[in-house]
Amino acid sequence: MQIDIEVNNQTLSARKGETILEALAGEGIQIPTLCRLEDFTPTGACRLCVVEVEGRDHLVPACSYPVEEWMKIRTHSPRVIEARKMIVELLLSNHPDDCLYCERNGHCELQRLAEELNIRERRLSGRKSRTNLDLSSPGIVYDPSKCVLCSRCVRICEENQQVSTLDFTGRGNTTAVSAAMGKDLNFSNCIQCGQCIMVCPTGALHDKSYLDAIQQAVNREDMTTVVHYAPSVAVSLAEELGMKPGKDMSGLINRALKKIGFDKVYDGTFASEIYVMEEAAELADRIDKGDALPVISSSCPAWVKEAEQKYPDLLPHLSTVKSPEQIAGSIIKRYCLESSDRGQNDIFSVAISPCPAKKFEAQRQEMTHQGISDIDAVMTTRELARLIKLYGVDMHAIEPAAADQPFNKDRSAARLTASLGGTNEAILRTLYYKITGKDLKNPRISKMRGARNTKYFSFQMENQDLNFAALSPLGDIRELMEDMRNEQVTHHYVEVMACKGGCINGGGQPFHHSSQTVRSRMKAIHNQEDKMDTRFIHHSPEVKRFYSDYLDHPNGEEARKLLHTRFSARDVLL
Amino acid sequence: MVEQTTQQQLKDLLIAMLSDYSDRQVESNNREAIERLRRDKVDQPVISLTYTTASMIAGADLTYQAILDYLEEREIDASLRLSGSLGLGNSEPLMEVQLPGKTRVTFSRVEPEKVSDILDAVFNNFIPEEHVLGQHINELHEPWEHVPNISELPFFSIQKRLILQNSGMIDPESIAEYIVHGGYRNFLKAIRNYTPEEICDLIEESGLRGRGGEGYPTGRKWKNTLSSPAEQRYLVCNAGESDPGAFMERMIMESNPHSLIEAVAISAYAIGAEKAYIFIEGEYEVAVSRLKKAIAQAKEYGILGHDIYESGFNLNIQLHQGAGAYVCGEETALIASLEGKRGMPRPKPPYPSRKGFMGQPTVVNNVETLLNVPVIVDHGPGWYHQTGTEKSAGTKIFSLSGKIDRSGLVEIPMGMPLREVVYKIGGGIPDNKELKGILVGGPAGGILTYDHLDTRIDYEEIAELGGALGSGGLVVIDEETCILDTVKYYMHFLKQESCGKCIPCREGIRRMYEILDNITQKPGDEQGASTLQRFKGVINLEKLAHVIRDTSLCGLGRRAANPILSTIHWFRDEYEEHIFERKCRAGVCQELRTFYIDVDLCTGCTICAQKCPTGAIVGSAKHAHFIVQEKCIGCGICYESCKFGAIISK
Amino acid sequence: MDSIAKILERYPFVERENLIPILQEIQQEQGYLTEEAVREVGRYLNLPASKIYSLATFYNRFRFHPLGSYHIRLCRGTSCQVHQSGKLEKKIIGELGIEDGQTTTDGLYSLEVVSCMGACGMGPVMAVNNRYYTGVTEDQVEEIIAYYRETEE
Repeated sequence: MQIDIEVNNQTLSARKGETILEALAGEGIQIPTLCRLEDFTPTGACRLCVVEVEGRDHLVPACSYPVEEWMKIRTHSPRVIEARKMIVELLLSNHPDDCLYCERNGHCELQRLAEELNIRERRLSGRKSRTNLDLSSPGIVYDPSKCVLCSRCVRICEENQQVSTLDFTGRGNTTAVSAAMGKDLNFSNCIQCGQCIMVCPTGALHDKSYLDAIQQAVNREDMTTVVHYAPSVAVSLAEELGMKPGKDMSGLINRALKKIGFDKVYDGTFASEIYVMEEAAELADRIDKGDALPVISSSCPAWVKEAEQKYPDLLPHLSTVKSPEQIAGSIIKRYCLESSDRGQNDIFSVAISPCPAKKFEAQRQEMTHQGISDIDAVMTTRELARLIKLYGVDMHAIEPAAADQPFNKDRSAARLTASLGGTNEAILRTLYYKITGKDLKNPRISKMRGARNTKYFSFQMENQDLNFAALSPLGDIRELMEDMRNEQVTHHYVEVMACKGGCINGGGQPFHHSSQTVRSRMKAIHNQEDKMDTRFIHHSPEVKRFYSDYLDHPNGEEARKLLHTRFSARDVLL
Repeated sequence: MVEQTTQQQLKDLLIAMLSDYSDRQVESNNREAIERLRRDKVDQPVISLTYTTASMIAGADLTYQAILDYLEEREIDASLRLSGSLGLGNSEPLMEVQLPGKTRVTFSRVEPEKVSDILDAVFNNFIPEEHVLGQHINELHEPWEHVPNISELPFFSIQKRLILQNSGMIDPESIAEYIVHGGYRNFLKAIRNYTPEEICDLIEESGLRGRGGEGYPTGRKWKNTLSSPAEQRYLVCNAGESDPGAFMERMIMESNPHSLIEAVAISAYAIGAEKAYIFIEGEYEVAVSRLKKAIAQAKEYGILGHDIYESGFNLNIQLHQGAGAYVCGEETALIASLEGKRGMPRPKPPYPSRKGFMGQPTVVNNVETLLNVPVIVDHGPGWYHQTGTEKSAGTKIFSLSGKIDRSGLVEIPMGMPLREVVYKIGGGIPDNKELKGILVGGPAGGILTYDHLDTRIDYEEIAELGGALGSGGLVVIDEETCILDTVKYYMHFLKQESCGKCIPCREGIRRMYEILDNITQKPGDEQGASTLQRFKGVINLEKLAHVIRDTSLCGLGRRAANPILSTIHWFRDEYEEHIFERKCRAGVCQELRTFYIDVDLCTGCTICAQKCPTGAIVGSAKHAHFIVQEKCIGCGICYESCKFGAIISK
Repeated sequence: MDSIAKILERYPFVERENLIPILQEIQQEQGYLTEEAVREVGRYLNLPASKIYSLATFYNRFRFHPLGSYHIRLCRGTSCQVHQSGKLEKKIIGELGIEDGQTTTDGLYSLEVVSCMGACGMGPVMAVNNRYYTGVTEDQVEEIIAYYRETEE
């Protein structure tokens, strides 16, 4: 039902039951918010969206207050502006004054609010809360001094991920956000998916950066620096550099990384192809033997950690194939060692990834060879943008370039793995070929596309009904896991991604404030599919040559040694 | 075995009496048994001792033991019972003696060593006047000579005890005593003679308003809830209090727990709730144990449970012990806490009357509000409305304390001027000191001044002066109390008790506290940055207070600025003195004191110089000393250590 | 361990509204809440540990460390404040070197500042374990603390 309300002396039409904020959206009136999170119930915590409603003694929060017919609203009266200003000043009075050195300098919502509310004087000052910087974890830095207690990280961790690492502790002016028992992140059940970083309005949660180490390596003459980037990075970097969202940046990234000084620049798509080959082979093998079905994907390191701590009994179901990142890591080190006279210690391998959990994964003991990590440093998409700016590369002005041989493949079905359901899609094609000896007539599996959190698909191959599922975010997998424990699952393959929508929405991707952005990244991935050289990975000549040169055949003895891994239960406080 | 039978008979009798409450046939058939239960007739001396938190703190345990020993030693056949509180705060423990045929006579401050003297005397028909408080004169018993009637004592004479009527008069742990004093009659009347809608009507007509907060009409709140379609509705009694300086609810629950059970039961019936919660502060151990007992007894007597007295109404009351959070006085926070969450308020709407506990329609009322309900059911809304003022009907209970002669639990008709409460009931300020202010409504209330003594106590009048009836705390302060120090104390309390959710409350209160702290402390350097900060704070204090009031999520934050805004208004001169003259007239803000040595009085004993933590006192032995003001931090150690009164504080 | 299991048995319904009562019982039994208790209760109620820790740190009376042999409670209600309980607080803190909610390193004393004990007519009030002191002065604080220290020796 439509009703009329009066806003700033103008009559507007609103839907009965919607909030003031919803009613004003698209009406040309902007109201600041801080604790608001798209698709989440408003908490009314930050009070920045307060407006004046005639007849009400106090200002009311636009985010949670429903519109009513009689309402006369003033969104920017002197009283409202003074209140908003004072609220931001209060936050600033308990905030470090190190904006210029801050990780979020220029991207900070608090900074923007202070700017927009024209705060130019320090009217309030006082003692700041005492806090400890938490540098314990490989992927995420938590600096509580910058926390504004908006609860966005708490909500995303609890509701989307259902990991619930973070929550409020204490009360009153000593309220803080922390893990259970006040533990540092690395000793908590944090899976380092980085979704908290994505929603943090300030620099309280940010990337643990290894850029210094990377630069040092690049600067060293006696070091071969090798870099590869994940497919999802190629479709999201554009946003961070002020370019059109969804633009495929592969060529430009290749050129930029070369300019920065990396000796070898590889496209991670190749590793994803190997990943799909291995995964399909393992799946075919386990279907054949009826062994520990369904196979659950393990390419997402955040999910792997969650499985190790929350579902240790289900670990045998996890596919033993390493993640594409780590496949790249092991192949690249081995290839470089064979193709040059460098020793293990003279190669510095960098991965560019959409995900802080990859930093954690790269430090896992299983991902080392003779005590040395396969990947020496990981950077997120955001950090890549920073590095590009640091080296003064103008992405608008440079020409695209191809990645280095032999890992220069960019157009491949393997790129689908960046988005939820894509792993299923790519694997299915290869699996179908493996089982039937034929290629799918219509390789596009639309049930595995789209923005849904859970996707299911059934397919008949050689009189077998095979069931596939793709699930994200982690909050949506619980039911299936419980069913597995009760042996009520008929799936053969389950793809799990910790982040909603998959790697294109990873915790290391450019900050965004709407699901629209993620959709444009997904679209970019799917649009590429049409122009792909390799829709069927198993036919890729490069892949075939790789196997014949190095590993014999997928899921074979050599391949298992190099490209597969193992998991073990973790005892953490859940 | 014999005893058990009589117990069972007694129970049957009481149940029969309840079922028959309107005809009173059972009552008249069993007159004698009931008289005994009512203590209208006693065969042996009955001694009862107040046993409440307050009396326990005053040493009631030891007194109890002393009485037992006394009776045993002298082989006296008497019955020793416990009672609740009459409400007198600083006269505990009270011991009451009832000899057969005589009135009940009460002695105050009965420390263990006084027991034998008092009892020796009473058993010899003599009343030691120095210990006696008074007697309860009635037509049934022979009064003692020269002993004042308790109800005529100044503390009691102008009170109007609708709710506290039986407090201190009955054994709080005995449902029998409650029933024979008319207890649970109103509950049966409600479930038998009225529909829930009719009870809501009664309450609305009575003009009853919520006693805890800003005085929302209780009847309207109930109707909103009753009219919300739901699977289940809940009644929640907020017995959390946790306001420093308010002990009324605790004392009532300790003194007459069944009255609360009855009030909750009627109210639950009125809103169509079959489950009710009493959310009580877990620290109130005595009250918790008495309420637990009361609930168990009520179940035993069929007052709670299934198909209560064949009315078709079912009710289960559950006690929930709070774990300590002032903010749980806010209804949405309280509900969160009941649900097993952090007690953080959420935005309203939706109001609990639509979406409360477990998402179902819920009424949250505090103890005092609910206790009015049986009174209204008993006497009718018209009668009830005769007490109090036009807009604020009924009585109001206060916890009167602070710098006052007689502190305690006070129930007065709404509309009584503050002056009468402070001077007539409370007996004024001790030691001939002057009244400075009255703290009304706890940490989030306001502070009124001498000039407001003629204010009539009701919601509107108090709110207009920047106060809030709120919790019912009424703390009197005298000239020795510093206004800023008091407000600072409140801000300290609130900054810890804020739930920490919304920014203005969480960050704002601590800044207000710091601004006050700056004003009341000696700056390190009067010229430098701290002075600038102090003045900036002062300039913005009022603005900040207004924004906190205007934007906070819940009542705690909205009212947190009350103490500051009301005192800036009424005690501006004291603020200015602190800020500009750097002086605290009450001498409380220690750091602002300046000390001088009177050279004529100083003997040069050197003690002050030795004790001074900053070496600010110079001088040689046997010669007058001198204080170097630049070094002095105003701690006052010298002042306290000087045996010759030679150090003068200004 | 066993005692936690026994307490949980008393709550046959896995409902979050039982969380506070369960924690209260555990604390009553064990004196404070341990990581093990948080883990067990979380498992039983299907709640993440962070939620339990978060809840317990919100309320005044949950503790994660043991009390001292002599638990001092000081009333800081308004009436006691008016009667200078603030000075007593400073005195205790000065004597023991611990703040509200802390326990001395020798495990002898712990301090809890209480918002109101309900004996407003007798302030300032303090208690050591179950013994109450009314109308306490600064000097008495010193004596009381010394008394228990001597008792211990």
